Amino acid sequence: MILNLKLLEYSLSSLWRRKEKNLALVSVYALVIATLGSVLLLTHALKTEALMTLTAAPEIVVQRTLGGRHELIPIAYARTISEFPGVGRVTPRVWGYYYDSLVKANLTLIGIEGYHEQLELLEGRFPQAPDECVIGAGVADAFGPQIGDFLVLEDSSKRRSEFRVSGIFRSASNLLTNDLVVVQEAALREFFAMPAELATDLTVQVYNSREVGTIAKKISYLLPDSRPITRDELLHTYDSLFNWRSGMMLAVFVSALMAFLILAWDRATGISAEERREIGILKALGWETSHVLGAKLREALLLSLTAFMAGLLLAWWHVFVLGAPLLMPLLKGWSVLFPEFDLPPVVDLYQLAVLGCVTIIPYLACTLIPAWKAASSDPDDVMRG
Amino acid sequence: MILHPGILALLFSSTLILLLLLIAGGVALRIVRHWNSASGSATQLQLERQTWLVATLLKYVIGFQIITLFLLLFTLDEIHPLFVGAMCATGSLNANLVGWLVLLIKIGLVFAGAMWLALNYLDQRTEDTPLVRMKYLLLLLLIPLVALDLWLQWEYFSGLRPQMITSCCGSLFSAEGEGVISTLAGLPVKQGVPRFFAVVVLYAVLLLANLRWRAVVLRNLLFVAAVLLFFASLAALVSFLSLYIYQLPSHQCPFDMLQGHYYYIGYPIYLGLFMATLFALLPGLCRPLATTNSLQQELERIEPVWLRLALFGLMLFLVSSCWQMVFGPLQLLGS
Repeated sequence: MILNLKLLEYSLSSLWRRKEKNLALVSVYALVIATLGSVLLLTHALKTEALMTLTAAPEIVVQRTLGGRHELIPIAYARTISEFPGVGRVTPRVWGYYYDSLVKANLTLIGIEGYHEQLELLEGRFPQAPDECVIGAGVADAFGPQIGDFLVLEDSSKRRSEFRVSGIFRSASNLLTNDLVVVQEAALREFFAMPAELATDLTVQVYNSREVGTIAKKISYLLPDSRPITRDELLHTYDSLFNWRSGMMLAVFVSALMAFLILAWDRATGISAEERREIGILKALGWETSHVLGAKLREALLLSLTAFMAGLLLAWWHVFVLGAPLLMPLLKGWSVLFPEFDLPPVVDLYQLAVLGCVTIIPYLACTLIPAWKAASSDPDDVMRG
Repeated sequence: MILHPGILALLFSSTLILLLLLIAGGVALRIVRHWNSASGSATQLQLERQTWLVATLLKYVIGFQIITLFLLLFTLDEIHPLFVGAMCATGSLNANLVGWLVLLIKIGLVFAGAMWLALNYLDQRTEDTPLVRMKYLLLLLLIPLVALDLWLQWEYFSGLRPQMITSCCGSLFSAEGEGVISTLAGLPVKQGVPRFFAVVVLYAVLLLANLRWRAVVLRNLLFVAAVLLFFASLAALVSFLSLYIYQLPSHQCPFDMLQGHYYYIGYPIYLGLFMATLFALLPGLCRPLATTNSLQQELERIEPVWLRLALFGLMLFLVSSCWQMVFGPLQLLGS
């Protein structure tokens, strides 16, 4: 125990004596860790955000396809589905996208009907007249209207429609409401010129989560032109997508790691004459090979733990404080036009374990043999030069 | 599936482990061929220095191997939502049955590596290091195992097809299933509990007897008891201890207890079991090897330490795994 502490003390002082050299190494190392860490933290945060959004999603969404493309679905389908045993409410949804060429932003317009219970209002109230709307925080920032002001949009025949803002959203998940504009369903049908007997899709509530798969099968059997999408399928898809993306990025950045490892190897091998003398003196004073080796390995461990901490802090700051400006465009990949949404600052142990395995283990492995070479040198040879 | 960050990390570290071990193996081969402790030649001096390198490499390899074992379990838990019907790490393993082999080989490697380190410790404490040849021959045997580990991991992860329907732990470990594991899990609690505690008592008595007397027979019996304890405990964990830990009469997963929502209780459980098994195996294992005087002396000195560590491991395992059985609200056995 005492020996361990003494060796640790020696390692610390030895690191401190060569602080410029070690600082340079730690900063490069920390930068590599920060890069890899940013990828892991960011994808984890995005995954958490997406999962938070999806927990509020309906059990099954039924779309209609025509020629392999998404089509409007007849509301009559809802009646067929609601007659299945185990099915709760079947709600036709009316929604669509709207591109505003002035602000260069995509908005999601939703007709209000059984949707508002999932969203908490920041301020104001839900639309009660056809010319009222509730907007997401991102829309309010981009377009600038506040409660009581007008939001001006062009409808499908390029006519100007005005909606008075009656409330602004804030939801647990920003991704969900950021670009949202909610108006009454009838008003939205008129805006999109959508026929009354059609809807964009249907949401199906299933009481027992174990029956979701069976009901989805039944739907596609009885309504062959429909495409039921279960929430689990969505979750899998998001999960695999984010895993794949972060794995891809990681694989790309591993080349940076390799370059760093070569640097570390080189540095550890190219031991200076001064260090060599020092080891010689230590051995002449009665240190055993194992002591010198232990001190050297402790140095490597201290160095990599310091760099790991620094790199992790740097990654945290980059992702959660700055919003990952360097990685966001590569990883996010869907057309979000308000990149300033706050990522939930979640870090779990698993991400840290993966990061540690990818960065600390190779560094330690890399410095092991040089450390042994240095430690096993003959004091006599070394002192003579 | 390969491009999952955790899987990349696993494959990457396993490759590194293999590389380190190959380096150690190269040195070991030279030592086996040229070792001559009587000689004072330059080669012998160099070889003696290289034993330090091999020992350190092996320490790192074992350390990394333990880390990757846990990373594997974490990764299995992390990827289970990708498989329909999988609810925990067991589901991920069932998605491609090679996974069970990977787990088995990783656990085996941790045990084998720890035993090697114990042997090495014993040998290095003596002046004449009589075990050198054997030690390094055994080391060479580890290399194919590690290579197999890497290859099986590759097979497992590349064979995973997300969204495949797998049977979850609920059905695998239920009484209707076939095979060893479900037979174990299907054991009625009423029979399982006394059997498990009978093995524990047998082990504990032998351990205490070993602490008191030095007969070789006792060491050998303890060796057998330790093997028995290891498998009986795993069976008990799957068949009834897990039920108490999760407080659910249907949840029999041996991996979920490593997760945060069960307060990481699995770590003391498995650490305790590992210690109780390993340190009880060592005396029985080392006795036949202690052919020289120096080794025997060293062994006499270290044996009590090992046995006490085993006792500590047993207590740690029993307290952390049976705590809920004694004090928890769930009752499986009628009063």
